[in-house]
Amino acid sequence: MEYITPLWPAYPELFLLVMACVILVADLFISDDNRVFTYGLTQFTLAGCAVLTFFTGNAEPVYTFSGMFVDDLMADALKLLTCLAVITILVYSRAYTVARGMFRGEFFTLALFATLGMMVMISANHLLTLYLGLELLSLSLYAMVALQRDSVQATEAAMKYFVLGALASGMLLYGMSMLYGATGTLEITALAQLSGEGVRAQAVLVFGLVFIVAGLGFKLGAVPFHMWVPDVYQGAPTAVTLFIGSAPKFAAFAIVMRLLAQAMGADALVEEWRQMLLIMAVLSLAIGNLAAIMQTNLKRMLAYSTISHMGFLLLGVLSGTIDGYGAGMFYVVVYVLMTLGAFGIILLLSRDGFEAENLDDYKGLNQRSPWYAFLMLLLMFSMAGIPPTVGFYAKLSVLQAVVQIGWWWVAVIAVVFSLIGAFYYLRIVKLMYFDAPLDPAPVTASGDVRALLTVNGLAMLLLGIVPQPLMVLCIEAVRASI
Amino acid sequence: MFWFFATILVFAALRVITARNPVHAALFLVLAFCTSAGIWIQLEAEFLGIALILVYVGAVMVLFLFVVMMLDINLTRLREGFWSYLPVGAVVAVLLILEMMVYLIQPYFGLVEAPRPDAAVAGYSNTKELGRLIYTDYVYPFELAAVILLVAIVAAIALTLRHRKHGKYIDPAAQINVRREDRVRIVSMPSVKKETPKDGDPS
Repeated sequence: MEYITPLWPAYPELFLLVMACVILVADLFISDDNRVFTYGLTQFTLAGCAVLTFFTGNAEPVYTFSGMFVDDLMADALKLLTCLAVITILVYSRAYTVARGMFRGEFFTLALFATLGMMVMISANHLLTLYLGLELLSLSLYAMVALQRDSVQATEAAMKYFVLGALASGMLLYGMSMLYGATGTLEITALAQLSGEGVRAQAVLVFGLVFIVAGLGFKLGAVPFHMWVPDVYQGAPTAVTLFIGSAPKFAAFAIVMRLLAQAMGADALVEEWRQMLLIMAVLSLAIGNLAAIMQTNLKRMLAYSTISHMGFLLLGVLSGTIDGYGAGMFYVVVYVLMTLGAFGIILLLSRDGFEAENLDDYKGLNQRSPWYAFLMLLLMFSMAGIPPTVGFYAKLSVLQAVVQIGWWWVAVIAVVFSLIGAFYYLRIVKLMYFDAPLDPAPVTASGDVRALLTVNGLAMLLLGIVPQPLMVLCIEAVRASI
Repeated sequence: MFWFFATILVFAALRVITARNPVHAALFLVLAFCTSAGIWIQLEAEFLGIALILVYVGAVMVLFLFVVMMLDINLTRLREGFWSYLPVGAVVAVLLILEMMVYLIQPYFGLVEAPRPDAAVAGYSNTKELGRLIYTDYVYPFELAAVILLVAIVAAIALTLRHRKHGKYIDPAAQINVRREDRVRIVSMPSVKKETPKDGDPS
């Protein structure tokens, strides 16, 4: 038996793990005044991880750790983006966490472990590692939500998140055990092969599939498994909301691809899960967009907007074609960019003891700071899907994929609900440009935040004008991996 | 024999969530662990069965019982709203169970599909085999599980450790390193003559 496995495909994960442990210990010797050292070390780790991911990348899938770990193009692309997203999150949330006493070593270690969990999920080729990665991510996130111990809201949000997350994990595990019962293997490539040939216990396989889809629905926050999303988004400290809302969606997309498109990718099975995803997607679009109209809290509104974005993502996946998966991946990248930018602005406007989370706080932002108002305008236009921005192209490519399989009526429903959704995005633009500010103080930000927000906002415009390179990358990544 | 254990297991698991007294619930959980250990031993996974009893029943549940006895849990408040949600919940649960049964009452979902494993050869060590697998094929998930435990420790400490501002804690090192200047202040004062009170003075 061959015991030696190549370690190099897992170098980014190993580096991250070692550095996370180093930071955990090193932080003990750093006084509160020098906490910025921990911050720098964390950013260095993430950047190093991104560089390692880039240099260990390869087009052909490489399997290691007895086939439990896969390093393919999709994994590389998503891991690289995850690292970059977490770096951005930490830059945006620095001032906020300092002002609220959350700028502590635990925040950074938990963020690093959560990133490790995401990377493990992205590279999982075995249901066991996939599940362990998911738990690693979720546990870190529960703790991060509750990190502000004295806030009743945050504690309640953490509790809800924890209970529903545990329920979702239970569902996912139950489904996985059914898949194991039906096929006798937990390896995703082996599952793909077996389910392609058709197993005798097809009924058990589909039964397990139902639970897996439900578990994934919980993790994505798609209707009817969405109840936790608004409460957690609103209750968690904004820096943590930014974390939950952005980078983990890459990992969630990856496990959807691995479990559904890859392991259950046989035509007969695609027919089965396509129906379930369709219901979830249409309901998410409807409830997400309609409920967002009624919100006066921006964080809660963005939570419902996330639900509707997840509906779009599912539309891309349910088409079951390479183009559709590519469109889904493109959508998730764009979604994360938009979320980063929007929450970045919220964090920017929040000060010590003040959360800029009500819509009224955005009144007259144009007079206070024309540049940030313009960036927010780009982000909102992109979320609504208005042409020169990339949000339009992301929605268009998903709709194209759905029309390709002949479900034009689904595309019509999606367009109608996006139109309804455009209302609440444009309402923010209206508040920013046509209302008088409640608080005329100009907005101040440190240089790195300003630069990164500018890049983030302008990326909406740039990617909207030249979306092709990213789109090609997404489609190639999916093609090489499935 | 399997059915015997399975019936007890399901009964015990049900009692865990329906028992009124949390101590009873914890004891039923012990019963559930013991019976599932019995099922494992029947499957010739002796090590897992014994580990379950040693670790869970022996260590975890004892701790659990301790905590339950220490905490004064208000049951009536927890049970509020139970009856108002019961009808809806029950209808949904019954519907779900019926749907699952309709779907699953089909061939190919019986014990025929999962036959008993062949009896192990003489000298076969379950423990050794498990150990070999954990450190070879399953080393990656094994390490991941370790990382998850580490995160659990970090999270637990981050969420519960509080430094008291006015605690009565004394730092021995600080006590030893104390200097005379910290404690004693020598004040130089000009000497004054004490005035002797005169007779009849009220002070």
